[in-house]
Amino acid sequence: MSGLSISRRGLLYGASALGASAALTACGAKTGSGTSSDAGAKADTSGSTVKVGLLNSLSGTMAISEVTVHNSLLLAVKEINASGGVLGKKLKPISQDGASDWPTFAEKAEALIKDDKVVATFGCWTSASRKAVKPVFERYKSLLFYPVQYEGLEESPYIFYIGATTNQQIVPALDYLKKQGLTRLYLVGSDYVFPRTANKIIKAYAEAKGMKVVGEDYAPLGSTEFSTIVNKVKGAGADAVFNTLNGDSNVAFFKEYKSAGLTAKSLPVLSVSIAEEEVKSIGTQYLEGQLTAWNYYETTPGAANKKFVAAYQAAYGKDKPTSDPMEAAYISLYLWKEMVEKAGSFDVAKVKAASDGITFDAPEGTVTVDGASQHVYKTARIGKVGSDGLIEEVWNSGKPIKPDPYLKGYSWASALS
Amino acid sequence: MTVVLNQSFTGISIGAVLLLIALGLTLTFGQMGVINMAHGEFIMAGAYTTYVLQKSISSAGLSLLVALPLAFLVAGAMGALLEWLLIRRLYTRPLDTLLVTWGVSLMLQQLARDVFGAPNVQTAAPDLLTGNISAGGVTFANNRLFILGLALLCVLGLTLVLRFTPLGRRIRAVVQNRDLAEVSGIATGRVDRVTFFIGSGLAGVAGVALTLVGPIGPTMGTNYIVDAFLVVVVGGIGQLRGAVITAFALGVLQSVLEYSTTVSVAKVGVLVAIVAFLQWRPQGLYTLRTRSLA
Amino acid sequence: MKTITERLRVPGAFLLGAVLLLGIAPVALSDFRLSLLAKYLCYAIVAVGVSLAWGRGGLMVLGQGVFFGLGGYAMAMHLKLADAADTGEKIPDFMQLYGTSDALPWWWKPFANPAFALAMTVLLPMAVAALVGFLVFRRRVKGAYFAILSQALAAALSIWLIGQQATTGGTNGLTDIQGFFGYSLDDPVNQRMVYFVIAAVLLLLMALARQLFVSRYGELLVAVRDSEERVRFLGYDPANVKLVAYVVAAGMAGLAGALFVPAVGIISPALIGIVPSIGFVIGAAVGGRASLVGAVLGAIAVAWAQSTLSDEFPAAWTYLQGLLFVLAVGFLPGGLASLGTVLRRRRTPATPKEEKVVVMAGEAA
Repeated sequence: MSGLSISRRGLLYGASALGASAALTACGAKTGSGTSSDAGAKADTSGSTVKVGLLNSLSGTMAISEVTVHNSLLLAVKEINASGGVLGKKLKPISQDGASDWPTFAEKAEALIKDDKVVATFGCWTSASRKAVKPVFERYKSLLFYPVQYEGLEESPYIFYIGATTNQQIVPALDYLKKQGLTRLYLVGSDYVFPRTANKIIKAYAEAKGMKVVGEDYAPLGSTEFSTIVNKVKGAGADAVFNTLNGDSNVAFFKEYKSAGLTAKSLPVLSVSIAEEEVKSIGTQYLEGQLTAWNYYETTPGAANKKFVAAYQAAYGKDKPTSDPMEAAYISLYLWKEMVEKAGSFDVAKVKAASDGITFDAPEGTVTVDGASQHVYKTARIGKVGSDGLIEEVWNSGKPIKPDPYLKGYSWASALS
Repeated sequence: MTVVLNQSFTGISIGAVLLLIALGLTLTFGQMGVINMAHGEFIMAGAYTTYVLQKSISSAGLSLLVALPLAFLVAGAMGALLEWLLIRRLYTRPLDTLLVTWGVSLMLQQLARDVFGAPNVQTAAPDLLTGNISAGGVTFANNRLFILGLALLCVLGLTLVLRFTPLGRRIRAVVQNRDLAEVSGIATGRVDRVTFFIGSGLAGVAGVALTLVGPIGPTMGTNYIVDAFLVVVVGGIGQLRGAVITAFALGVLQSVLEYSTTVSVAKVGVLVAIVAFLQWRPQGLYTLRTRSLA
Repeated sequence: MKTITERLRVPGAFLLGAVLLLGIAPVALSDFRLSLLAKYLCYAIVAVGVSLAWGRGGLMVLGQGVFFGLGGYAMAMHLKLADAADTGEKIPDFMQLYGTSDALPWWWKPFANPAFALAMTVLLPMAVAALVGFLVFRRRVKGAYFAILSQALAAALSIWLIGQQATTGGTNGLTDIQGFFGYSLDDPVNQRMVYFVIAAVLLLLMALARQLFVSRYGELLVAVRDSEERVRFLGYDPANVKLVAYVVAAGMAGLAGALFVPAVGIISPALIGIVPSIGFVIGAAVGGRASLVGAVLGAIAVAWAQSTLSDEFPAAWTYLQGLLFVLAVGFLPGGLASLGTVLRRRRTPATPKEEKVVVMAGEAA
């Protein structure tokens, strides 16, 4: 028993010492004082190579999609190095695994900036991962190039958005449906930020333009039970389904859809998260004839795309499809290269200043960077899934659409942001 | 009215899926008290068996029929191996089997990723099973009818085996009193392995059926594992009829909630209902008087 | 009679830990490494509770994500409100984007008060644990049932949070937290301060847990784990004994969640569901569930391995993680902390029962 009392006293001393040391710790800047400290994360450009960060989920549920983006980023690095690098320096890709976990993304972003001293970072897929790393890039004033279509309503000074914002994907898709006379929509989506925001936009559009939203349903991410939702869709008297489901859920949804007797003819589905890779895993048996909205397809015509598809398949396998986010990731490196070369420096402020008006002959067609919003002018393309598993374009916007992440140029959207 | 009927069928078909994935667990968890978190990966093994078979048998219908017994053997063998390697050492520590088999499930998922790739794979369904039958405004999806039939067939088969075969008698004896069974000359170790073989094999059969309605990928098992356990827990230990009633009850409850609210609320609602139910009957719907679990 | 070295062993080890965490680590590690360590220490705080409830009490707490999340959200809600107030906004940034009205939901309002929010980080998880525990233990739900029930609760909470995007941030969770009680988190000095707070809390909770372990209550808890019926026959109510361990562990997880927010800058449903909840016990299982030091070191080591190995070898890491689990739990139930004891036992053939190993390992803490 005496041993016990000794240890108790010892612990007490220890504990009080701890409290004191915590209280004595020096305190830094207060919030709102504007001294957000230099943060001391200078990119290292001294050697003959510079490091670029690749931040994708290589493990976990998102790895399915993000590995393909990672592959095309590596392809672009290889090509750029083969043609002499950037400002005479070779690029050294540093891969970090976000592991499909948002806090991990934040941690890895910090590792890339502070430990590896990268000159720029490329990656992230989900909105949640982008939201998680955004404060990190802003704190250390480092650049992120984000390759995936997203829900808009964001303009971080340290992020370049290379995928489509809503007025380059959702809005043109609605225009297309309206033109086809499909005005009664049923909205089906996964329960997260992108579908909920997209559907808010769709409802505002519908109200202003005489379309009607006849139903709206969300399934938890990864949900694979869609019989009830399909029942509801079937009974709602819709002309078309606007589908913002993500990942595994699409497989279950389309299998259910077909077995309920619904087809692309009787009730077409327009999907915004189904690209060539997803078509492969769902099966053309279930998808043939259904619509998609993107800015790029493997079948998009043009020499730049021929070259991209050939290079990708040479590197990763003949049967590997290329998709919109992969293409956006691929061109994000080239766009950054052009910016750096125009600026004549890797310095973040100078690169940002040089970004406006940079154009690139991309696989999706010519793209131009809008320096003010740090988004990209992109051509919207509606596609139809063919029996060979590829997506054929059935309509495009004719010219690249100016990015408008807050939909300020659309009167019907005034209440949204 | 047709809405009600359609939703009832939906509830029953959700229940059939639940029953099929939980059936194997009624043996391994219900009868033996082993919490096998790798059960979901045995389901996955069954699904991939279908996928591999379709590479050599091009007829979707035939490959599905061949896949059913084959998946039973593949998943069953995996289960028996797992039992022999690990689980038999852990019968005295049932809770630890949960963590050990969780580790196994991680490895099996990674193995699937390395062998078949991270993306989902597709299998073709026979045309017969992608259609539906309409009767009086109610749509019966053929794949759902198939799953319902398969689930009931498995229940029937399992009941017959447990009731009327020497093996079934031995399994029941071991469950009810292991020591006494051993004393009367039953090789309990072998009975355990066979039980585990059958339970895991049923997961494989479920995997084949799930290719008709869901995705086939390395993480598919995790979608189903907790639901499957909940069915067995609510149904009661060692009781087939408990699992059957629970599966259909949960299916109907979920479809009603999904229809009247949202899918998220329905999921939460079902989980909360289960927690509340276990307050009322902590041992589940039916209890078998036996050596207590844990 | 214990020798003088034996008497000084525990306070000595404690002092060593304090020197390492508060003295050496901050000097030896860069800002970035230190902020990583801060995150690992949050997991270690959860592991202290896991060690108490699972290691000592035999309660398979597979729902710690729930309590971690409640604590984290309570803290993050306050910090988001404080950030909003700093910039002159009425509601946090994400609500302006995704919300349906400009009014703050009623259940957010009290969290503007720092004292209330701080209290809630611990009290809310404890209250939920008390309710669940009271219902569950009274009905003698135990073992596998309790584990699966915990998982169901974790799944339910995370699905619910995701579904309420307008008021909880949905899958994104609460991110972009700028300040911590008036101190800007952009400033590395303040990041260090957060680390010191976390390290101090960990050491304090370890001291507290250690006192619980060696107290009468600790003995009773082990007795309940090893033979609940006998304890009941002796006139104690095992339900209450277990309830205390469960509630204390929940409070610790809540505090860990609350400290995680300033350290990492985010709390999201991804930290709450089934998988992260299992993750919270991994470290304790590997290091040694019944040994306080083992559980804490295990949690830190597994988190460290996760973030360093998963970049280089994502596939190999998954295999290794699985294997670690199988080996540690399957063949070394006392975790790495019991390795010494097990080896010694091998040499002296008088084998005590398996369960004994766990207890002995625990006493080494």
